[in-house]
Amino acid sequence: MSLQKKKTPMKEQAPEERIKNFKEVPFGYSDQEALVEAERCLHCKHQPCVGGCPVHVPIPQFIQALKDGDLVEANQIIKSKNNLPAVCGRVCPQEEQCEKVCVMGIKNEPVAIGRLERYVADYNMKRGTDKSSAKELEKLKVPELIGRKAAVIGAGPAGLTAAADLAKFGLDVTIFEALHKTGGVLRYGIPEFRLPKDIVDQEVEAIKELGVDIQLNVVVGKSITVDELFEQGYESVFIGVGAGLPRFLNIPGENLNGVYSANEFLTRVNLMKAFKYPEYKTPVVVGDKVAVVGAGNVAMDAARTAKRLGAEDVYIVYRRAKEQMPARSEEIHHAQEEGIELKLLNNPVAIHGEDGRVAQMECQQMKLGEKDDSGRRRPIPIDDSNWMLELDTVIIAIGQNPNPLLTSNTKDLETKSWGGIKVGEDQQTSRRGVYAGGDVVTGAATVIKAMGAGKTAAENIKNYLLEKSKK
Amino acid sequence: MYEILEKEVLAPTIKKLKVNAPMIAKKTKPGNFIILRVDEKGERIPLTVADYDRETGMISIIFQEVGYSTKLLGQMDKGDQIQDIVGPLGHHIDLEGYQKVVLLGGGSGTALLYPKVRGFHEEGAEVISITGARTKNLIILEEELEKYSDRLFITTDDGSYGHHGYVTDILKDLLEKEDDIDLVVAIGPVPMMKAVADMTDEYGVKTIVSLNTVMVDGTGMCGACRVTVGGERKFTCVDGPAFDAHQVDFKELMNRLNFYQDEEKLVHDTAVEEDN
Repeated sequence: MSLQKKKTPMKEQAPEERIKNFKEVPFGYSDQEALVEAERCLHCKHQPCVGGCPVHVPIPQFIQALKDGDLVEANQIIKSKNNLPAVCGRVCPQEEQCEKVCVMGIKNEPVAIGRLERYVADYNMKRGTDKSSAKELEKLKVPELIGRKAAVIGAGPAGLTAAADLAKFGLDVTIFEALHKTGGVLRYGIPEFRLPKDIVDQEVEAIKELGVDIQLNVVVGKSITVDELFEQGYESVFIGVGAGLPRFLNIPGENLNGVYSANEFLTRVNLMKAFKYPEYKTPVVVGDKVAVVGAGNVAMDAARTAKRLGAEDVYIVYRRAKEQMPARSEEIHHAQEEGIELKLLNNPVAIHGEDGRVAQMECQQMKLGEKDDSGRRRPIPIDDSNWMLELDTVIIAIGQNPNPLLTSNTKDLETKSWGGIKVGEDQQTSRRGVYAGGDVVTGAATVIKAMGAGKTAAENIKNYLLEKSKK
Repeated sequence: MYEILEKEVLAPTIKKLKVNAPMIAKKTKPGNFIILRVDEKGERIPLTVADYDRETGMISIIFQEVGYSTKLLGQMDKGDQIQDIVGPLGHHIDLEGYQKVVLLGGGSGTALLYPKVRGFHEEGAEVISITGARTKNLIILEEELEKYSDRLFITTDDGSYGHHGYVTDILKDLLEKEDDIDLVVAIGPVPMMKAVADMTDEYGVKTIVSLNTVMVDGTGMCGACRVTVGGERKFTCVDGPAFDAHQVDFKELMNRLNFYQDEEKLVHDTAVEEDN
C-alpha cells in the first residue's frame, strides 16, 4: 500500500458560517481520519520530530500507541512531557517545529502531528481519562522534595507547565495569578474560535489535580513581594508573568475613542466575554469598518474577532509585504477565507477623528528595499503616496513589552535594556532561587516556547532544591 | 470570594462597604485602588480604597451608583460575597515634605480624598479640606474630614448647606489670602479638577489630581486607561492614578470617559427591563 502523500484534511466550519459565531473553526479528526493519518508516520530511527519539539514529546511513541488503539496510553506518553496537550494540538506552530523536520515532509507533506496530538488529547478529555496516571506520577516523585514549598507567578503557559512539573516532583506548589481567571494569554489573548475556553479550564483542572494550589487576584509586586514569598517559606520562585504591556505606534490620534490595543480588544472579548454583551457586562465597540495594524498571530486573532462581532470590512494594515507577515500561514489563510482584506506595504502615519472618535487612518504606501537587521527587506516610504482609509475602529497589534510591575518592585532582579528578565541557560535570574521563563524573558513568542522554558526551570529548581538541602 | 462585613449608606446613591480582604489591607497606602468584579458576568471596575485596617484585614470602599455595576454593588448587603477583588494597584501618594495642603473633593470624589486627608494629617501637615456637592444630602464623610482637618469648608451648588457655590470659590479665597500653601489635591468630576488646575496654575501652586479613567485589567496590560500627561502617553493604572494637574490633557480625558456611554445605557436599560 502506498502512503498518502498529503496530510489527512481536518474538517472545519465553512467561512460564511463561522464568521457568524465564536465556535471553534476546525472540528478535529474522527477516529478513522486519525488512524489514516497515524499510518503515515514512518517511525524513522532518528526521530527528528522529538528534537523539533520544545518540550520533546515522544512523538513516534504516542503515534504507535494510537495505531495500536491504546488512546489512553497515547495520551500518557504525550503528558509525560507536555502538560497542556489539547492546547498545544491547537495553537502550536507545528510547521516551524516537529512537522518542519518530519522525514515524511522531505518529499511529501509531513505527518499532521499537531492534529494527532489534538485528537488524542480531546479523546481522553471527553472520557475523563486525561489525568496523569498514579503509577506514572509515583515514578516522578523525589522523596527529598515532598512537602517543600515552591511559588509560581503567573498562570499562563510557562507558569502552568512549571507548576505541574514541580508538583510532580512532590513539591507543594502555589501559583499566584493577577487576573480573576487562569490561563494567561490562553484566556485573555487567544480567541474562543481558536482555543475554546472549556479546553483551557479542563487542562488547568488536570494541573490542579496534581496538587497545585492556584490563588487568583494576586499581583506579585503589589499584593505581595518576592521577598515576602521567601519569608513565607517558599524555597523557590518561578516568574512567568508574560509580556503584557501593549506597544503603540506613537502617531497622532492614537488616543481617540475607537483606537484599541490588541490586548485591550482581545481581553474585553475573550476574558470579559464582550462577545456575549450585554449578558456579560463588559462592552466592546467595533462599528462597520475596522483596521488592524500589524500582521502577527495576534493581529489575525483581532481581525477575525472583529469580523465575528459584526464588522463588515476588516483590513490588515501592514508596512511590509505578504512574505514577511509574521503570522502562521494557516492563520493568514483562515483570515483571508473569512473576507479579511490585506492592505500590505502601507504604513499608518496618523489617525484622524470626528467628535473625538476615529474617522480615518492616513496611510503612506511603502516599497521594499534592501534587507535590514532582521533579514527582511526594509520597507521604504513612497513620497506623496498618502491616502485615507475610512474607519470606525483601529486595533494596534504591533507587539508587547514586558510588564514592569513585578520587575520594578523586586529587589536585585536584573533586566535587559528592553525590560525582559535576564536568565542563564538554567532559567535562573540574578537572584538565587528565583527563576523566570516565557515572554517575560524572551519578549512575545509562542505558547510552546514558554512551556519549554517552564519545563527547563522546573528541572533546575528541582536540582537547586536538592543541592540546597544537602548543605 | 470577598465577604461584605459592614454596609453604610452615606447618601442616597453613595454607599460604603467594609470588605474582608486581608492581603490588600496589609499593603494599601493612601492613593491605591482596587479592581473588583461583582459577579461572574460583571465588569472589572476600579475603586479607590477609602480606608483600611491592617489588624482586622478589612478594606473600605466608597462609591457612587452611576452605572449598572455600581448599582449592583450598591444592592449588596452585609454577608454577601463579592466575586473578585485585586489590589492594591497604582502608585500611592507621597505624603512627606508638605507643610500646608489644601484638599478638594467633589461629590463622591470626597471618598477618594478622605484617605489622603488622613494621611497628610498623620504626616503632620496643616490640612485644609474643602468638600462640595450638588445638595446637602450628598455631602459625605463630614465627621471624618472634620477629625483630620485643621479647617473644613463645605459647599453646595444649591446653597442648602455650607457655602452657596463651588469648591473653587473657597480655593480662590485661600489662594488669595494665604501664600504658604505648598500643595493642592483635587479629586472629583473632570470639569471640577480642570477648574482647580487652571486656578492653581495662575498662582503657581503644585497640584495633584487623581484620575478615574476606564480600565480593564488595571495592571498595565490593556492601555484602556491611557492619558496624555505633559505630552506623553501614561497609563493611569500603573503610572497613576495621581498626576500633576498642570500637565494633564483634560479635554482628551473627558472624551475618553464618554466612549462607552451608549453601551453603559444599554446594559442599564436591559437590567431595568429584566427587573420589571
